[in-house]
Amino acid sequence: MPMTAPDIITLIKSALPDAEVEIQDLAGDGDHYAATVVSQTFQGKSRIQQHQLVYAALMGKMGGELHALALTTKTPEAPTKFY
Amino acid sequence: MQTLSSSVHDTIDSLVKSNDVVLFMKGTADFPQCGFSAAVCNVLEHLDVTFKDVNVLESDAMRQGIKDYSNWPTIPQLYVKGEFIGGCDIIKEMFQSGELQELFDKK
Repeated sequence: MPMTAPDIITLIKSALPDAEVEIQDLAGDGDHYAATVVSQTFQGKSRIQQHQLVYAALMGKMGGELHALALTTKTPEAPTKFY
Repeated sequence: MQTLSSSVHDTIDSLVKSNDVVLFMKGTADFPQCGFSAAVCNVLEHLDVTFKDVNVLESDAMRQGIKDYSNWPTIPQLYVKGEFIGGCDIIKEMFQSGELQELFDKK
């Protein structure tokens, strides 16, 4: 069953309460979204670790019900530098 | 997390450690079968990086195994010198910021 944007936001915010989440439905099929997540929790973490936090919040739906989520993660102050 | 059978783990481990650059993808570099996989292939080809492509569609065990190996739920997955670098989003972000070129120059 496809996911709605509010579903995704609720799941992410339940794991990252301080997160600001912006969602864009890319295809209107409930399967392809782009999301920007800003959270203090990402501070000091690599991009992979940040994305894994978001994937964990989505409780296994990523790659299954949710086929595609183009994800951008940031800490509140500045965009993330990988190295 | 599903248990990753040792034979699949060993196969993945040896691929990742015996090739400088490995891309686990859907399809092949010549015939990608997914937009995200194709996008990463394009970036690597644009940077003139030689890479080993592994078509996860050829084996369900590999397709799930790679996700368990890296604790990353999607394909494609890029590895450089044995290290997981990221999926399509991260590779595109690193390419746009120049970090990916820096990474290949450094490694």
